[in-house]
Amino acid sequence: MKQRLFVGTRKGLFTYENHGSQDLPRWVLAHKDFLSVPISAVLHDRRDGSLYAALDHGHFGNKLHASRDGGVSWTEIAVPAYPKGEEDADTDDKDRAPALKAIWSLEAGGADEEGLLWCGTLPGGLFRSSDKGTSWELVESLWNSKSRPKWFGGGADVPAIHSICVHPENAKKIVLGVSCGGVQVSEDGGESWRVSSTGMLAEYMPPDRADDEDVQDPHLIVQCRSRPEHFWCQHHNGIWRSRDGARTWERIEKAGPSTFGFAVAVHPLDPDTAWFVPAIKDEARYPVDGQVVVTRTRDGGGSFDVLREGLPQDEAYDLTFRHALDIDESGKQLAFGSTTGNLWITADQGDAWVNLSHHLPPVYVVRFA
Amino acid sequence: MAKVHFTENLQRHLACPPQEVEGGTLRAVLNQAFSASEKLRGYILDEQGRLRQHIVVFIDGEACQDRVELSDAVPEDSQVHVMQALSGG
Repeated sequence: MKQRLFVGTRKGLFTYENHGSQDLPRWVLAHKDFLSVPISAVLHDRRDGSLYAALDHGHFGNKLHASRDGGVSWTEIAVPAYPKGEEDADTDDKDRAPALKAIWSLEAGGADEEGLLWCGTLPGGLFRSSDKGTSWELVESLWNSKSRPKWFGGGADVPAIHSICVHPENAKKIVLGVSCGGVQVSEDGGESWRVSSTGMLAEYMPPDRADDEDVQDPHLIVQCRSRPEHFWCQHHNGIWRSRDGARTWERIEKAGPSTFGFAVAVHPLDPDTAWFVPAIKDEARYPVDGQVVVTRTRDGGGSFDVLREGLPQDEAYDLTFRHALDIDESGKQLAFGSTTGNLWITADQGDAWVNLSHHLPPVYVVRFA
Repeated sequence: MAKVHFTENLQRHLACPPQEVEGGTLRAVLNQAFSASEKLRGYILDEQGRLRQHIVVFIDGEACQDRVELSDAVPEDSQVHVMQALSGG
């Protein structure tokens, strides 16, 4: 099957295919699905080739669709649902009981966990399916953890799980990123959880609570596939990395024009190489000087290249959301999309970028398969 | 019999033709309408059984009041319209 690039947008799912090679790619728009419906998450399950797309119908709620034939046809499957009256046992107040607000992350379980899927949601529930999305159950151990009552929304009214990193060699080790609930780690397949944001700092908190691990706002956390003890995090207040399995986090003080942003990608084979799409920090959220750039480190954050070739350098106001940057399995190709509907791709790790479209709807998620 | 109509904008996601049902509370009326398609329930109500935030139901032209318990009365021969609220865009 041809290499594919899935682009989930404000107005549907766009699928590109590589009609060239890895070294000389030629990307062509091949499919358009769910036109007019916002796509909040996309998963390609490498274990069986299944595709999953999360649709946010707005008025009609969030739905999940699956394709078992490579995207030719899609079928609506079960959607995570919060238990009846979960939070109102004492008050019997049905108006306060939680309900699914959005699906923000979808990940496959381990290679030895056939059919197991994880789903991160707003308002902060993690869900587990053991049957390819036919049914879902809330992970009560996290929902009832001591940490969760301290969480709050970041850019939303309620907390959100946006990052789910499943250890590629030991799928019982799971690392979550929560806005704003820090880094949550399980070593036992989700049976128990501990917060693990040591080293992170929250400048949006009073000074004496800036290091509170339960209220950190990691925007995205990614894990190096071949060296899974290495993580990178684009945080609300900068860039952090971990070299010890997400136990502790080291701050990267300088990274080109800004350390603020949402997206991060790490090379699948080299844990010291990572990419970011920076913006002026939180009060503005557009590229510094109106110039779209990608920053890349090859030395673990010691220095950064500022990559500009092929990207607009004048009056550009593109913002890249957290799931809108991805790297392929080879580590050569990256792609990212923007709020302005631009989609760029590189075949040389970001030295030069090619625009695939200037006119897509706002891009929410980009995924290679 | 009361008649339940669903917004045309929902028809492109799943079939939901108008249905004739017995009067009662709004919840009883909607439950009858959902009996033909359980999937339809999840497009109108959340998992707690409340009306979705940006769904509005009119009973003989008046917006329903109880969006949680759905206790509004639906007389026999009523026209019930399940609509998108413009608050949701």
